[in-house]
Amino acid sequence: MNIIVLGLNHRTASVELRELLAIQDSRMGEALGRLMAYPGIKEAMYLGTCNRVEVYAVVEKGEWGFRQLEDFLVSTHFSLSSEDLLPHLYRYSDDEAIAHLFRVSASLDSMVVGEPQVLGQVKEAYELALTHRSSGVILNKVVKKAISVGKSVRTNTRIGEYAVSVSYAAVELAKKVFSNLKQRVVLLVGAGEMGKLAAQHLVNQGVKEVLITNRNHHRAFTLAERFHGHAVPYEQLRSTLPKVDIVICATGAPHYVISKDDIERAVHHRMNRPMFLIDITVPRNIDPTVKDVDNAYLFDIDDLKAHVGQNQEERLKEAETAEHMVREEVGSMVAWVRGLEATPTIVALRKKAEEIKQGELEKVFNRLGELSPKERAAIEGLASAIVNKLLHGPVVTLKTEAQSQNGFAFIEAARRFFELREREIHSEEIQLLKDEAGDVISEETLPQKDGV
Amino acid sequence: MPELLSYLTMGLYFGGTLLFLLYLWHRSEIISKISLVATSLGFFSHTAALIMAMVSTGHVPIMTFKDAMSFFAWGLVLVFLVVGLKRGLEVLGAFILPLAFLSLVSATLAPQAADSLAPVFQTVWVHVTLSILGTIGFAVAFVAGLMYVMQERLLKSKQFNVLSFKLPPLDFLDSLNQRSILFGFPLLTLGILTGAVSAQLTIGSYLSWNSEQIWALITWFFYFAVLLGRVTAGWRAKKAAYLTIVGFAGVILTFVGILIKSPQPLSPL
Repeated sequence: MNIIVLGLNHRTASVELRELLAIQDSRMGEALGRLMAYPGIKEAMYLGTCNRVEVYAVVEKGEWGFRQLEDFLVSTHFSLSSEDLLPHLYRYSDDEAIAHLFRVSASLDSMVVGEPQVLGQVKEAYELALTHRSSGVILNKVVKKAISVGKSVRTNTRIGEYAVSVSYAAVELAKKVFSNLKQRVVLLVGAGEMGKLAAQHLVNQGVKEVLITNRNHHRAFTLAERFHGHAVPYEQLRSTLPKVDIVICATGAPHYVISKDDIERAVHHRMNRPMFLIDITVPRNIDPTVKDVDNAYLFDIDDLKAHVGQNQEERLKEAETAEHMVREEVGSMVAWVRGLEATPTIVALRKKAEEIKQGELEKVFNRLGELSPKERAAIEGLASAIVNKLLHGPVVTLKTEAQSQNGFAFIEAARRFFELREREIHSEEIQLLKDEAGDVISEETLPQKDGV
Repeated sequence: MPELLSYLTMGLYFGGTLLFLLYLWHRSEIISKISLVATSLGFFSHTAALIMAMVSTGHVPIMTFKDAMSFFAWGLVLVFLVVGLKRGLEVLGAFILPLAFLSLVSATLAPQAADSLAPVFQTVWVHVTLSILGTIGFAVAFVAGLMYVMQERLLKSKQFNVLSFKLPPLDFLDSLNQRSILFGFPLLTLGILTGAVSAQLTIGSYLSWNSEQIWALITWFFYFAVLLGRVTAGWRAKKAAYLTIVGFAGVILTFVGILIKSPQPLSPL
């Protein structure tokens, strides 16, 4: 049994190719049905985001499974051939597949590291797989864990908390001055594209009021409608300044529109209430010496870019922490999946029963004191008989059902009923592998001995 | 037992202080959670010690310099836990906890004063409690001012680092500053009035012009001016931050004045 993923993303394929492979939610049922119809595919999930198309599957044999998934992807769009697709695909199996899914859901594999959408997209993909019954015991556990890892990365690191676009950086900086933007008045001077974008971000934050002024008053009116704000005659710019908390300047004028004196007067009028100014144009429209005015905070386009640059670095540093968290979680997940094999589960079950039996026998013998060997043997025999008879049913069922379609469900159930932990099973498995290796060696060495 | 609790408290506050300072520069949010746990545990043992002292003496234990400082530290940590948890501002801990820890340390270093006051003085504890609570307000204002100045400098110099990320927005710090003074000032006023009344009752004069009383009055006028200036002359934001930092220096001098006067039973401010 293997968990595999086959897919392509923003690093390996163009957006045109990714678009061709996109499957609409409404057609997901049919697509997943097609996937599950392949023999050997036991569980499957399709994850499509703007940056990636990936198919996760639990298959009987990895190699065979990859070929089936390739076939599935090629057949999603009539114009595709496997020659077009194959060079762009990546394949991961088992630990790597789990690690990949965890990284995707923690937004570590995204084009913009730390972007928040991908976690929701993983959730949706999982819900679709649930609705169309293509996910089972293994994907349920792995994907749920991936989602919780994604969440925990978001809450325990600051990976998503740094703005990485210039216009949004303005909002982030404004929030360093004003805790609640909802009580703030914004003045947009001019109609430059970046200015409008920054204003839009602020409006999205729910500022109290947006004022717009422009040399061309008609344009100011149009913009005011768009932002549900008020147009202010350009001549009143100076007298309006004391009323506003945030100024965004983007006029395209080749000279300063706002002078140091204007701001000094405005701050004085405001009784030293802070002002936040963004000058988003080149050449600049706000006199740079405004930065020397107390309680006025001026940022120009270079400052914003520097901020974004630092933010990207910060995100990458946060990403290191996140990678670490992901690695830890992958380890325990892999152990769980490995435990789903029938043999180690049975071994762990027997071992647990044996331990309980020995423990109880010891207690009884201590309590009873001196016993004849015959009495001891009788009690031991009784205990062994109970244990063996009780375990017989589950063990036989596990052995037979492990091969069936929902064998993992049986194994998982057995592990829950008997409270077998992943680690125990995993260590059992390692022991088993060692034993097998030992058997091989002894078999090989035996004939030699005979030869001697 | 009280001894043990006080060492436990001090140890936990020390741990909280170190972790919170580390948290200022470190990315991990987990550090702040651990230091929050240490601080809360310290606060519990501190509270337990206070209650035990209260049960044995019958009043808030503030009659010696040591006790007063300990009560001051307790109040500071309480403010931090309330404001910090309500607002999710663990970063406050990096400023308040060191202050609380230092108060506790100075309390243990100070000479142990004579036993509690003579019965005539019993009402004095009202005066002391009020004064300490007022001082806690000024201490928080000081911390808010300090954070304001730091954040302001980072913004002006356009340094966007972990610290600037963790420090709260300027307007929040300014309003914390204002509200702390608004909390502390009336309490200090009442503290001074009750102090004057108990002085009249015990030594027969309202004011004896010792260094402690002079500084207390200067402090009172200072904070009065700060409050008035905010409304009338726009002493807010950066100016208010600097003023409250300076003002707290006055408060500390008052404490030093008291310390010099010790080991008599004291009435801070």
